Amino acid sequence: MSVKLTEEMLTALPDAQGHFGAFGGRFVSETLMDSLMTLEREYLRLKKDPEFQATFDKDLADYVGRPSPLYFAERLTRETGGAQIWLKREDLNHTGAHKVNNTIGQALLASFLGKKRIIAETGAGQHGVATATVCARLGLECHVFMGAEDVQRQSLNVYRMKLLGAKVHAVESGSRTLKDAMNDAMRDWVTNVDDTFYIIGTVAGPHPYPLLVRDFQSVIGRETRNQSLEKAGKLPDALVACVGGGSNAIGMFYPFLTDESVQLYGVEAGGLGIETGQHAAPLCAGRPGVLHGNRTYLMEDENGQIAGTHSVSAGLDYPGVGPEHSWLKDIGRANYVSVTDDEALQAFRMLTLVEGIMPALETAHAVAYAVKLAATMDKDQMVVINISGRGDKDIHTIAQLDGIEL
Amino acid sequence: MSRIEGVLQTLKGQGRKALIPFITAGDPHPDETVGLMHAMVDAGVDIIELGVPFSDPMADGPVIQLACERALKHGTSLRGVLAMVSEFRKTNNTTPVVLMGYLNPIEAMGYEAFADAAVKAGVDGILTVDLPPEEAEQIAPLFAQRGLDPIFLLAPTTTDERIRAIADHSSGYVYYVSFNGVTGAAKINVDEVAAKVAHIHKLTALPVGVGFGIRDAETAAAVGRVSDGVIVGSVLVDTIAGNQTDIVALKRALTDLLNPMREALDSLAS
Repeated sequence: MSVKLTEEMLTALPDAQGHFGAFGGRFVSETLMDSLMTLEREYLRLKKDPEFQATFDKDLADYVGRPSPLYFAERLTRETGGAQIWLKREDLNHTGAHKVNNTIGQALLASFLGKKRIIAETGAGQHGVATATVCARLGLECHVFMGAEDVQRQSLNVYRMKLLGAKVHAVESGSRTLKDAMNDAMRDWVTNVDDTFYIIGTVAGPHPYPLLVRDFQSVIGRETRNQSLEKAGKLPDALVACVGGGSNAIGMFYPFLTDESVQLYGVEAGGLGIETGQHAAPLCAGRPGVLHGNRTYLMEDENGQIAGTHSVSAGLDYPGVGPEHSWLKDIGRANYVSVTDDEALQAFRMLTLVEGIMPALETAHAVAYAVKLAATMDKDQMVVINISGRGDKDIHTIAQLDGIEL
Repeated sequence: MSRIEGVLQTLKGQGRKALIPFITAGDPHPDETVGLMHAMVDAGVDIIELGVPFSDPMADGPVIQLACERALKHGTSLRGVLAMVSEFRKTNNTTPVVLMGYLNPIEAMGYEAFADAAVKAGVDGILTVDLPPEEAEQIAPLFAQRGLDPIFLLAPTTTDERIRAIADHSSGYVYYVSFNGVTGAAKINVDEVAAKVAHIHKLTALPVGVGFGIRDAETAAAVGRVSDGVIVGSVLVDTIAGNQTDIVALKRALTDLLNPMREALDSLAS
């Protein structure tokens, strides 16, 4: 079932309570409600404020280095033998991933709201680094919550955050990954709500976060749309992006939602295989529930307890997903698929060897699916992969899998 | 009149304050919860808040997080908690029981199935920490039709407009969270609580229970002086954590904590 989306339908979402159809909303304890409502009010005001938008655009240009290139991967295309494969190079952004688009925007919001203390959760550490970076630039106190397991597997990013002056809190509770980092960030926020701004890194969480993160990340899709028309003379036939919480994917998809001819593919972490249960693919294999302030597809057991997840990539190792993706799945506008750890690792090696571009392990999931997809398409068709981040941070993980001590 | 309203009205008539303990169901073991509930009734409590364990208790501090982990390790589910309440009701038909927890286990069971099962088990009130009234439009009528009291939180950050709106959606009592923070933190400021509760009393006729930060007879009395009841949680759950294997000692320890609170509250009676 697919619905033809119009501009009018899109501008009506989320609704006043933050719903995308049956998903989204604001499921938090009462202490946070006033802050969320203030944030929503101020954001909706600033969204229309030319000064705020001009500052945001200038920072994206001069500090992040936008626009990021849309690159034709000629050799990868030849090797694949199908549709033209193009890469949207978010890995070339300052700090090496798409995450900074959002942290620039939210830090700007924090400044307008007069909040001096910033908290953030992080999985792979890319959002933590991007948050610590903007805090260093603006002179804001920065606390990053990170699952203890992720602190280990992403030690390079932990050290980067420390160099940037952030305090990294290793979270020992629960599964010691991204969801637990988010729990502890929420606990800190509820305790320090008067002076603290919570920079959420993905399009999940209570309203208005899915809205504002999507807006800040939509620069990816807007640029891709213009660059496609300019360089290829047409819109792409398919867009492929990895989905953990789903911020790089929504940023890529959103400006194309009304372009019916553009197929959208969100790639979840299939881990050891969907059939093993050891994965992080709520859209492929979960069901709707409520976690971290919003209703969305979740991985849970029959009693509504959140299930453990597995992915080789820390950034995708999350049992939920942004509510707008849940909505896009249910109305049939976007396709959600998964690839396994092994497929992602192969894709990492392939892109590195064939194009000299080392993608993040998260991104490698999108590469793996896009190559399979392109092979089934005609040579005159065009696939764009969102290269959401670079792979330097994952070199220890790769080396370890190769049995090499660095 | 609901069982909760009845108990609170009787107490009010006597000039007394409600003592409301919280424990996590299934902690230290599902077989012990009903016995602990009876022991607390014997120690003089008025209403029991029974925590439904959740894997990701975002509004709770480490003490209740660990209690959730212990309960879940022994397979405690929402259905299991309802079975405990049924068992409790076999010999106690007077003490109200409020289930306190997070929304997702209720979503997984289904709103209507849960509401039916809760009434059947003898549950009186439902407090869902991550469900503000704005998101309760579907579930609230199901509770109302069955005489279940929906209990919502008020916080120091709650505006007057919201206090009125939340009170409109509540019955039984409202639960005032005494400070910005998670359960088990020790940062209660009694003067601030007194001022805010007095203000809440001007905006709603509902009784106001105060929780978070009440750990002993002294804090119970100080908060009881300005409210209609005190909710005591983490200090009890911490006691359970320290006496997981010796249940006789555990019941004695809980009684030793609750007795002085009861006495301190009753000494306020006018």
